[in-house]
Amino acid sequence: MNSALFFVTSSILLLLQLSLAEARDVSTDTEPAAQSQDQQQLKQQLDQLQHDYDQRLSRIEERLKETQKATRTQKANTFNPGISLILNGTFSSYENDPDNYQLPGFALSNEAGLGAEGFTLDESEVTLGAKVDQLFYGQATFALADDAGETSIETEEAYFQTLGLGGGLTVKAGRFYSAMGYLNEKHRHAWDFIDAPLVYRGLFGDQLKEDGIQLSLILPTDHYFLIGAEVGNGVHFPSAGNHSGVGDWLVFANTGGDVGFSHSWQLGISHWQADDVENRLSQGLKTPSYSGDSRIDALDIVYKWAPDGNSEQRNLKLQAEFFNRSENGLMTLEDTAQSSSYDGSQNGWYVEAVYQFIPQWKTGVRYDYTDSSNSGSSIVLDDSGLLANGYTPQRVSVMLAWLPSEFSRIRAQFNRDESTAETDNQFFVQYTMAMGAHGAHAY
Amino acid sequence: MKTIYTRVLLVLTLFTATPALAVLNVLTCEPEWAALTQELAGDLVDVSSATSGAQDPHHVQARPSLLSKARKADLLICTGAELEVGWLPLLQHKTGNPKIQDGAEGYFMASDEVSMLGIPVVLDRSQGDVHAMGNPHIQTDPNNITDVAIALNARLQLIDPDNAEVYQQRYEDFSQRWKKAIKGWNQQAEKLRGKTIVVHHESWVYMNDWLGLKEVATLEPKPGIPPTADHLSDLLQKMKQKPADAIIYAAYQSSRSAHWLAEETGIKVVELPFTVGGIKGVDSLFELYDETIKRLVEAMQ
Repeated sequence: MNSALFFVTSSILLLLQLSLAEARDVSTDTEPAAQSQDQQQLKQQLDQLQHDYDQRLSRIEERLKETQKATRTQKANTFNPGISLILNGTFSSYENDPDNYQLPGFALSNEAGLGAEGFTLDESEVTLGAKVDQLFYGQATFALADDAGETSIETEEAYFQTLGLGGGLTVKAGRFYSAMGYLNEKHRHAWDFIDAPLVYRGLFGDQLKEDGIQLSLILPTDHYFLIGAEVGNGVHFPSAGNHSGVGDWLVFANTGGDVGFSHSWQLGISHWQADDVENRLSQGLKTPSYSGDSRIDALDIVYKWAPDGNSEQRNLKLQAEFFNRSENGLMTLEDTAQSSSYDGSQNGWYVEAVYQFIPQWKTGVRYDYTDSSNSGSSIVLDDSGLLANGYTPQRVSVMLAWLPSEFSRIRAQFNRDESTAETDNQFFVQYTMAMGAHGAHAY
Repeated sequence: MKTIYTRVLLVLTLFTATPALAVLNVLTCEPEWAALTQELAGDLVDVSSATSGAQDPHHVQARPSLLSKARKADLLICTGAELEVGWLPLLQHKTGNPKIQDGAEGYFMASDEVSMLGIPVVLDRSQGDVHAMGNPHIQTDPNNITDVAIALNARLQLIDPDNAEVYQQRYEDFSQRWKKAIKGWNQQAEKLRGKTIVVHHESWVYMNDWLGLKEVATLEPKPGIPPTADHLSDLLQKMKQKPADAIIYAAYQSSRSAHWLAEETGIKVVELPFTVGGIKGVDSLFELYDETIKRLVEAMQ
């Protein structure tokens, strides 16, 4: 609009100037009488010109209005949420039979374990998110998983959170990944390795979800401190059962800072607890079921480096997390109705380093370790997978990823898994494709 | 509950109390906006930039330190136009600071104040990292700074009306010096008009528009995609047939491909600061364009 106006007015001015210059040239060698006649003619011409331009201008304005109208009617979808689609597929190869997978010392969630062999369609994710109004932002992520030829839809997250409550306070409610630890809050495709650390697999069945409410508060200090709490209905592993009130809760705190522009770090601690776990089923020979309490303490630390903070060429990320879970209750084998008091203590940690050595290429190495000391009737514990028999499962993983752009990634990973007496060599190739709305990435 | 909360806050504030002056906390996404704020507001603000001149503003981590800064910010100044889309929303959401939410008085996007170039006709990611709202690197033309300064002056006065007069004075002073400086740069750069350049990334469309430089090729095959051997060898053939006058890259970008092409063709290569702090000694907006013009003229006269 402005440029059209500018063009027209400047053309008029130019023409005016030219005509005046011509008029001056003419005037120098003509008589005064003829001069005034010339001037009159010139004026008429100019008026005509102006009239023409006015007409053209109004025609342009008319057209502009029409196009604006046209675009207005087409935009019924303006307020649709941002949509992003993540496609995931993996080729997996194992030396041992993945169906017999065990993590000694841990009664695994029914969802934990190794994926199927060969080419599999991993979880594909659809995320929808938008600001609801001036107060709230809402987001939901649905995972489409393929189980034995049937597609199931799972609600991974569906929550709203407050926008700009002030005082550093944010409230989030619905279903969301718990703020326990570091990796837990991130979506699977944002992890640097294809599979979860062993301790995540053992304690949470890969990831801890919460159906409830989360409060977090960034303190008004120059240095970064965040404290927060969650309460949930305690329905997700490692809790279980229906609770009329608080089923599980979490408190957490994070701090972090910079050393110049090149280095940054974050440290977190968290404590999760469920006092009334009811009939938590897990994998095991005779359908073990646990009732009692469950407490988890966690410590996580992340350090990132990039020369002058410019991560485009090279960057390094070091990350480690430690978890300890203690449980006290009753373990029952549902198939045989045998039961035993159970006193469980399990811990595990991993440490990983991921290095981008040139643009588009990353490599990483990870070491996993878990340990347990569970007591109860040995028959019941054995059939529940809780007897480690002196094993301390450990695993080494190496990874190489190619990221042609911000939106695609193809990576290969090798695991040497020494969880049981029979060492398993595992190999994966995975693609991840992200389309649609551009998500922001948490630290 | 509320009293406990306020007490905790009170104690914490006492511990971390900064000199109790009515200074505005300003967080900028890029250093050029920090420099402009400093010009327009001086001691009335405490300004810090989320990124340095050595960083690629497309790819920045939402570091913990940025969260605590965003938490306290009275005014957030960024380029906008989706340049910071990968990290800025996180700072806004996670801190819950109402002053810097979209549309708030303390939310200032510089690209809203200039006429954008390079708005893509087709939105298709096979064309690289395209910005739907246009090319976001607006600070490469000082005339854009002029436009942003007008709007920022108004915004500062809106947020901090007590000091409106001071802002107005500072703005007028800056505006005068700036106009004069632009005149000088225009004169010095007269001979650059019509020169052809090869660029690393589409970082310079506004500068090209300003100085009349003609961009004939990019080292990146597509925006945001690092140079490939194939693309570079094509480029080499093209440059052998019709050499450009200079190869240009921003200080934060990799210089390897630019230097390789320069060695193969004999075309001069120019490293430009791109923003305040991009090159040592470039500490103000004035120095930014002084240095930019100086380097361009040296290479292409």
